[in-house]
Amino acid sequence: MAEGVLEIEDSNFEAEVLQSEKPVLVDFWAPWCGPCRAIAPVVEELAGTFGDKIKFTKCNVDDNPVAPGKFGIKSIPTLILFNGGDIVDKVIGIVAKSKLEEMLNKV
Amino acid sequence: MKKVDYDLVIIGGGPAGLTAGLYAARARLNVILLEKVVPGGQVVATDWIENYPGFPEGISGPDLVQKMTAQVQKFDLNIETNAAISMDLSAAIKKITLSDRVITTHAIIIASGAFPKKLGVPGEDTFYGKGVSACATCDGPFFKDRVVAAVGGGDTAVQESLFLTKFAKKVYLIHRRDQLRAEAILQERALANEKIEFLWDSVLTGIQGLTDVEKISVQNLKTGDTKEIAVDGCFIWVGILPNSEFLPEDVELDQYGFIKVDANMQTSVAGVYAAGDVRSTPLRQIATAVGDAAIAVFSAEHYLQNVKV
Repeated sequence: MAEGVLEIEDSNFEAEVLQSEKPVLVDFWAPWCGPCRAIAPVVEELAGTFGDKIKFTKCNVDDNPVAPGKFGIKSIPTLILFNGGDIVDKVIGIVAKSKLEEMLNKV
Repeated sequence: MKKVDYDLVIIGGGPAGLTAGLYAARARLNVILLEKVVPGGQVVATDWIENYPGFPEGISGPDLVQKMTAQVQKFDLNIETNAAISMDLSAAIKKITLSDRVITTHAIIIASGAFPKKLGVPGEDTFYGKGVSACATCDGPFFKDRVVAAVGGGDTAVQESLFLTKFAKKVYLIHRRDQLRAEAILQERALANEKIEFLWDSVLTGIQGLTDVEKISVQNLKTGDTKEIAVDGCFIWVGILPNSEFLPEDVELDQYGFIKVDANMQTSVAGVYAAGDVRSTPLRQIATAVGDAAIAVFSAEHYLQNVKV
């Protein structure tokens, strides 16, 4: 399955993100965060375009405190691109789709 | 002669741009709205709005944006995610360079809004996203039972500081004057809130920490004394700057870079209008932005009737 954004949790973060064979984008978000709601459709659109080569995931920081804590997240939305368990790039806040495309083209 | 792509191009999808889009779509103009990120503008980061009429209980910023967007979609407004890079306004038919192509239009409404100003103090950039923020609705809940500082004294600073008290155990509100500029009702609430401690006549001079914000330096302007305060976060609301980098020199700006307009929202260039936070105005509210936009479309329609013969 190439399209869609997979909901991930603390329990499967290691397996789905850090151990993933494909590069992974994680969208750290929360229901109370207006800008997170605003950027979600953009991430979904990008999943349609880049879904073949990158796994798109989202992590609710309210329900899953461990992963955001590990990566020092104190501001959302934060989008982190992982490859082979390492951070390739990170974007904090709402940014233009073109900037996200630029990031996704790094892997 | 080559066909002109549009009657009207609206730049920006905040309350001003969406209102301009609503009026233009209903006027059956050949219009496109360009939004470089997502519709909503600064309202997306506003937790609660109580001074926009029609919502007696108040409404959240994202919910208001959703309603405004749904309303323009009902009238089939053409919205494109794209950024204006530059403009050529030297001829009656204006050219706008986008990220992927050049479009032509008779009229333009600039509703590109503004963004939060930085203070320019040491540590502000280093700790952005690590405790430094301009968005309480994005980051406030990360400071549950923590201590935070907020800088500013206007509506945004006071409204958002009140929002922070829902999470933080203490909010230091740092303001360079001895009284707030915010709406009286917001001042009353803030002054009555036990979690807010005011640091009057004071300025933030630095933000320090190892990996995340740990403390701030605050100078009292009257005594000249500087003290350090331990905080986990620092929110900065000291005004805004216009999104006007794509404008050519023909468009006259005020001394702060906001666009000068006349009573018809026309800029110094015929057929080019400005609305909302990007224009030079004494008050920047959702209510004023939508009013500006309605006038701008009305003016643009008159202009189009004269040029499109």
